[in-house]
Amino acid sequence: MNEPLIQVRDFRKIYGDLVAVDGISFEVQRGEIFGLLGPNGAGKTSTLESLEGLRAPDGGSLQLMDVDPAHQPRKLRNLIGVQLQTSGLPDSINLDEAMKFFCAYHGVVPRYDLLDRFGLKEKKRTQYYQLSAGQQRRLGLALAVAHNPPVLFLDEPTAGLDVASRIELHNLMRELQAAGTTIILATHDMAEANEMASRLAILLHGKIAATGTPLELTATGSGFTKVSVRTKGSSLSDPDLNFPAVSKHISKDEYVIYYSTDIGPTVSAIITHVKVQEDTLVDLRVERPSLEDRFLEITTTGGVQ
Amino acid sequence: MNAFINHFSFEFRTGIRNKTLLLMNYLFPLGFYAMMGLLMTGINSTFRETMIPTMTVFAVLAATILGLPDLLVTAREAGIFRSYKINGVPAFSILVIPALTTILHTAVVTIIITATAPLFFDAPLPVNWLGFIVTFLLMAFACAGFSVLIGVVSSSSRMTVLWSQLIFVPSMILSGMMLPYSMLPEAMGKIAQLLPATHAMNAFRGLALDLTADFNPIGSLIILLASGVLAFGLAIYLFNWDRRNSTQRGHPLMALLVLLPYVIGILLLS
Repeated sequence: MNEPLIQVRDFRKIYGDLVAVDGISFEVQRGEIFGLLGPNGAGKTSTLESLEGLRAPDGGSLQLMDVDPAHQPRKLRNLIGVQLQTSGLPDSINLDEAMKFFCAYHGVVPRYDLLDRFGLKEKKRTQYYQLSAGQQRRLGLALAVAHNPPVLFLDEPTAGLDVASRIELHNLMRELQAAGTTIILATHDMAEANEMASRLAILLHGKIAATGTPLELTATGSGFTKVSVRTKGSSLSDPDLNFPAVSKHISKDEYVIYYSTDIGPTVSAIITHVKVQEDTLVDLRVERPSLEDRFLEITTTGGVQ
Repeated sequence: MNAFINHFSFEFRTGIRNKTLLLMNYLFPLGFYAMMGLLMTGINSTFRETMIPTMTVFAVLAATILGLPDLLVTAREAGIFRSYKINGVPAFSILVIPALTTILHTAVVTIIITATAPLFFDAPLPVNWLGFIVTFLLMAFACAGFSVLIGVVSSSSRMTVLWSQLIFVPSMILSGMMLPYSMLPEAMGKIAQLLPATHAMNAFRGLALDLTADFNPIGSLIILLASGVLAFGLAIYLFNWDRRNSTQRGHPLMALLVLLPYVIGILLLS
């Protein structure tokens, strides 16, 4: 996992007066699932499309397995598989034809087995427009991996999928990763990014606002850890009661919720206090800031790399 | 080659599966042929003389000018060309294969018309089959070229309809399909010479039927050939897989260069 497969250096993309991407740099290692997060207009699509060879950079450099995507499209073609957010297929094409069509252009034998694998066995003769959104997504993914590319770009892969399809797709992503495929995942789904990505970059206004593993990102924010406590008695009911590292607390239902910057001393002090007051602890929950909390924090306050 | 054949086969089937294309490739031209055969042969007996070429030109115009451009615009707007680009489908195939399959559909319709018109409407067959086939192929080539060019430069389906009608409607009125070219005022005749259908009708008269051409029919064939080559060349040069692509080559107005052979024809042919 230490060989950079994708290298982005000071990459810029400009549309007229709009600077869509403003000098970002990052690397993706072989076998990683690298997540790109960001609100709409942050520069995710421009970055992805430039790596896919659809757009030329206006500054900096992009390298994918030593191939320049903008200037070596023929070499790039078999190195990448792309599942686009939009259909990318003619309405009247059926699944067998689609598999045959794309495999022919990649010079590989059609992988009809992937249609079976993706639960599309019964739909082989069905035209594309007759498929459900989930089936269209699964077909898009089957076509993207049919030529066995070392790098896979997934743009909102689970949007519109039901729970079972989503789990199946995540399992497949893990399998591909285990087989050495590098995956670039653009998503708005924080739970998906948290669960699947080895590392993440959060883009904001064309810059990388934060990067790291999901755990690193959630740990480095200014967000508080929530400690929710419920006791049998009223030992925590005094509003002037204070615990170490707690910046504020609220009461909700039968719980007192403490917002702590350092949960160790806070939890320890709460337990001691309850014990001293001869009260009984009924429930104690610790909730770390989620990736979604961190994302919201970054996108509302702006972040720096 | 395998990819090309595969792509061709799929596009040909699309011409029948897609309801709009089925209408433009088969139903509209054959329905119009039946209607014209029933109505016009009763009203105007001279219509029979040019019925087969007229209906052939109509079939080509309907399938290419009315059917093909929107197919390209819709595919581009749906992101299909983006997907094609990523998967290595060349611009040449994206533009040329649908044009070729459309020509094949019009050939099927032309065979149906040519086979049935003498039986049902007493229309005379061409006297020179080579002239008929060459004129048909060059007419279809020129119109398919116009169509892909319209599809490439149109920003939306609405614009496609506008550009297509700018060619289709004058073709119906001025090209010699509905009324003889010789009846047109001189200025109108010059305008008519900007249309591929006029040159096709002229070449059919002079080279396929036992009729007098209004101007040099070989010149008409050369113009159709030149405009087809120019149209496909311009379409491939101006092709854009996505309208948001900032690296587009050339200005869409360059497409007007396709009229150059026709303008030269107006100056040289008499």
